[in-house]
Amino acid sequence: MEKRVTFKGIWLPILLVFPQILITAVFFFYPAGQAIWQSLFIPDPFGLSMQFVGLGNFEFLLSDPYYRASFATTAVFSSLVTIVSMAVALYLAVLAERLIKGSGTYRTLLIWPYAVAPAVAGVLWLFMFNTRVGVVTWYLGLLGYDWNHVLNEGEAMGLVVVASAWGRISYNFLFFLAGLQAIPKSVIEAAAIDGARFWTRFRTIVFPLLSPTTFFLLVVNIIYAFFETFGVIHTITSGGPQQATTILVYKVYADGFVGQDLGSSAAQSVILLVVVSILTVVQFKFIERRVHY
Amino acid sequence: MKYALSSLALAASLGSAQMAAAQTEIEFWHAFTGRLGDLVAEQVETFNGSQSDYVVKATHKGNYSETLNAGIAAFRAGEQPEILMVFEVGTATMMAAKGAIKPVYTVMEEAGAEFDQSKYIGSVKGYYTAPDGNMLSLPFNSSTPVLWINRDMLSEAGIDPDTDLSTWEKVGAVLDQLKEAGVQCPMTTAWQSWIHLENLSAYHDVPFATQDNGFAGTDTELAFNGEAQVAHISAMGEWAKDGKFIYAGRRNEGGANFRAGECALFTESSAGYAGIKSEAQFDFEVRPLPYWEAVTAEPQNTIIGGASLWVMEGHEAEDYQGVAAFLNFLSSPEIQAKWHQDTGYLPITAEAGDLTREQGFYDENPGTDIAVIQMTAKEPTANSKGLRLGSFDQIRTIIDEELEAVWSGDKDAQAALDSAVERGNALLRRFEQASQ
Repeated sequence: MEKRVTFKGIWLPILLVFPQILITAVFFFYPAGQAIWQSLFIPDPFGLSMQFVGLGNFEFLLSDPYYRASFATTAVFSSLVTIVSMAVALYLAVLAERLIKGSGTYRTLLIWPYAVAPAVAGVLWLFMFNTRVGVVTWYLGLLGYDWNHVLNEGEAMGLVVVASAWGRISYNFLFFLAGLQAIPKSVIEAAAIDGARFWTRFRTIVFPLLSPTTFFLLVVNIIYAFFETFGVIHTITSGGPQQATTILVYKVYADGFVGQDLGSSAAQSVILLVVVSILTVVQFKFIERRVHY
Repeated sequence: MKYALSSLALAASLGSAQMAAAQTEIEFWHAFTGRLGDLVAEQVETFNGSQSDYVVKATHKGNYSETLNAGIAAFRAGEQPEILMVFEVGTATMMAAKGAIKPVYTVMEEAGAEFDQSKYIGSVKGYYTAPDGNMLSLPFNSSTPVLWINRDMLSEAGIDPDTDLSTWEKVGAVLDQLKEAGVQCPMTTAWQSWIHLENLSAYHDVPFATQDNGFAGTDTELAFNGEAQVAHISAMGEWAKDGKFIYAGRRNEGGANFRAGECALFTESSAGYAGIKSEAQFDFEVRPLPYWEAVTAEPQNTIIGGASLWVMEGHEAEDYQGVAAFLNFLSSPEIQAKWHQDTGYLPITAEAGDLTREQGFYDENPGTDIAVIQMTAKEPTANSKGLRLGSFDQIRTIIDEELEAVWSGDKDAQAALDSAVERGNALLRRFEQASQ
């Protein structure tokens, strides 16, 4: 059933893919190659001298228990952000799809948070949960709960997860809603006539038919949680308390741009590249099999 | 004839071009915004107006870290400014960059400018001098930690606001009283590593790191897990557990609490003066930083924080003439005295301090000279000259992390400081390797 276009010569296909290859080479292969090259050296910040250390940077990193702990932190953080943002978005999309009146307004309002930049989102949430002037902190205080994400690791993690997932819910909502609308009404109605209740219909028909969307969002959200949540963490916790919210990409920034340790920073980028490649391969190999197109 | 005329015209136009180019432009990158940014702009304008040979162009490049990064990136691209502001923790990085920087004393010497290094206050310039005593950069904004107190809160808690708070033993007793009186935030702090480890070490004349705190070589190792430091952090940990010391964050988050009148005692930079004065709706006072009577009978000096001006390599001799003139202008007593009074930063020369006293500023603003006295009461020792450690910004982050473990009760002081020393040493070894 696969559709394939076949070309007669070799030059036309090459010409057609050339722009894509060129862009990938300039914006991906070249910088990635640079990162790999630099990860083999310990340079001084000013670029006056460089010492070849082979895999020394990797040895230094992987022998550091705090760096290894950062993998676990990243895994917890990414999973939570992905699950929270996707589950809430799916719930809202299902509700929005059933709406008859005012659905346009409802959808528009739900999309708004996506327009807020991560760093700004971080500041907004920080204001609400500020240990001194935060509104939420104050209400929690009335309930007898002493909120202090400055010292409590779990609370800090919870706060950065919520702040990161918040803007992402809008994005996921859009895709889920489009996915839901693409499901033929006749299938659902047929099930309803057979006596299937809402929950049964959702579980046996809607969710499986939604799987291509869910799979796409899973990949995209994990990559988002890995790389784009930097602004949220930087504004809310700076990686603390202790190292509770230091995810891998935050450490790349801290070591490279604050610590001027470009060798270690480059090596961390290479490790991140490998981790994300493996994750993506795993997702396509194992999870995609369960996806019905 | 025609030929001669045109060459004459050419010569004339060349001449006028030279006239226009006679003003040498000097780039100065700094990290100040807001009121401090305005004050820097004012200094630069005054300099530009005072002579016609040079024009200083000041540019804001973001916060301290961003300014340093901008300078480094510019150097790599061959576009570096003549003068770059670098915060004190970046000192070792700049020093190690031989070939990228031109020591200030060399700049002055080559420009033939008048430069008497003995005029500069020892404990201020000490942070930025080479082992032979020559100044590598020019201190620009320097401050030192002091104890701020909310007198109204002390009175309300039934404590005499004039009570002696010179030692941590006495502070501990006052904290007990405050807690008993139901005060929610008896004490808070800003910049915990700088105040409670770096300055604590200097103040009690114990090493923060070996090799004279890194001044004698990059083969230095951290030493702040000694008896005095562990005892202090241990006491602070106890206070944190009992709710007598409230931790607000790694930077100066605690300042908001103090200025809002929620905290009775606050350890913070002397440069917090401007903010506290403008916001505090209560009677406040500056006291010297407390010391442990059990450790020393009389404290040493405290050390500074802030930034200094580094001169970058790779410019014309003429440009350096201008740099020398500008640095000398900044060091002049009038400019320094004004800067000191406007900002709360320390004066960099003794003359500027004397001038401020003559002008009656200390009498009108009691307590503003406490920082100066605290810095200059004693000649600095090898332990109190300053710190010169590579990757120091990251080491501070490690210290922040470990101290947070103490405040939350996860670790005891000894374990946390041991761990910070071990983790920091790994970074120092990397820096040593990178700067070989």
